[in-house]
This record gives sequence, C-alpha cells and structure tokens, in this order.
Amino acid sequence: MAGKRRISVTDVGEISVVRFSDRKIVDSANIEEMGEELSSLVEKEKRKFILLNFETVEFLSSAALNTLIRLDKKVKAAGGKLIMCGLRSEIMEVFKITRLDRVFQIKKTEAEGTTAFGL
Amino acid sequence: MSEPIWNWVHEESIPSSLDAGHKAIDYLLNTLTSYGWDGREYFHVQMAIEEAMVNAIKHGNKESPDKSVAVRFRIAENLVWIQLTDQGEGFNPEALPDPTDEEHLDQPHGRGVMLIKELMTGVHYNERGNQVTMHKVRQVDAGE
Repeated sequence: MAGKRRISVTDVGEISVVRFSDRKIVDSANIEEMGEELSSLVEKEKRKFILLNFETVEFLSSAALNTLIRLDKKVKAAGGKLIMCGLRSEIMEVFKITRLDRVFQIKKTEAEGTTAFGL
Repeated sequence: MSEPIWNWVHEESIPSSLDAGHKAIDYLLNTLTSYGWDGREYFHVQMAIEEAMVNAIKHGNKESPDKSVAVRFRIAENLVWIQLTDQGEGFNPEALPDPTDEEHLDQPHGRGVMLIKELMTGVHYNERGNQVTMHKVRQVDAGE
C-alpha cells in the first residue's frame, strides 16, 4: 500500500476505518491530497466499506465537505457504503445546516458505525 | 446602533495566497481566544472567516500575485466584526444555487456563502460583490 500522509487506515475485516492526520482540514493542498488518498482506497485498493472516524478533527472547511461528497459518490458507484462517525457537535451542526446529514450516513461512535454496515 | 467601543482593531493588506490568508485568520482567532471566545461561537467565526477568505483569495482574486485582499478585523465586548475586500470582479451571492435544495445537495457550489449567513449574526455584501462585511454577537452566559 502506498504511504498515506493525510489519513491512516485500519482494515477491520471488510471495513476500512479511516482516521485523519490533520486536526484542521482547511489547507487546499492537504485537502487535495486527502481526496486522492481516499479515492485511491476505493479505486485502487478496491475497499468498498469505508468508515470515516472524525474523532481527532476539530475543524473542516466546505472545500473538505466537497471532497467527502465526491468520495461518497465514488463509494456508491462501486457498490459500497460510506459511513461517518465521531463528529464533534460543532461539525455536526455544519452538516445539519447544509443538510449533508441527509446525504451521509452518520453514527455517533466507531462501534455504531461498524455495526451499521450490516456485514 | 451607536458605534461599539473597539478593544482591538487590525487592518492589513495581504497577498492573494491561502498561506497569507490563514496567517491572518490565525491572528484573528488567537486574539478572539484571548478575549475569551471559545466553543460553538468561536467555531462559527472560524468557519465564516475561513469560507470568506477562500472566496476572496481563490474565487475573487483567483490567487493572482498582482492582487491583494484588504482585511479589517475589530473586536468589542462580545462582538467581532470582519471585513474582507478583494480586487476581483465580485459576485452576486443571491444568484448562487441553494445548496440545501435536494437537487443541489451533492453539488460543490454555494455552501460556504450559506454557512457564513447561517453562522454569523449579520452579513452584508457590497453592490459589486467584492466585499463582505460580517459580525457575530456572542451570547453571554445564557445557561448560567
């Protein structure tokens, strides 16, 4: 597997649990790199079930949200499932305001997220 | 409304690079922290200034080295005021698609402008659309 700088991935059975290296996901070069690393997970490594754990993330911009939307489309196109967990309340509020809570499946904890794949 | 008593006023002209933008943002956010802002309202200001700065530098000035962004920050008791002016052609915030419409939900446009509007107490764009002025009033000790 190619080295990843913006994310770290732990495979738990069929599920790839992703954690983020940046506490603040704002820098556009870093967002682009994060997007490439996430895409590679789906397109090159053929992982279908992705759980994004945001526990360590304090802030993300709308550019980061756009990257997550693109990832969700890729995962769905590949017949997989993307679930998010560990969002702090401020970030959850952003998802609610933008109604992205209706686009993404969001769970509180990693355990709930893992179960939600129904595997 | 009478003019607030500003405790901190900062004005500078920054180059059209996101690095310079983030340096200015950090300066504002660190100052807000020193004035006791934290939690949800601090996050709201952080989100709004981040989105407005990216709009000014990337979409307004198109990161041109010949253009700059005029940055004005002010802090009063429980109030932060922010104005960013770029040298781009401007845009009409009303003309952006509503990013919460079902058909636009997965599209990349308009989310930043919408977040600024929702998270700040007041937002105003000049007629040309190259200047955003916004403020946030902090709710003090509501639950105590």
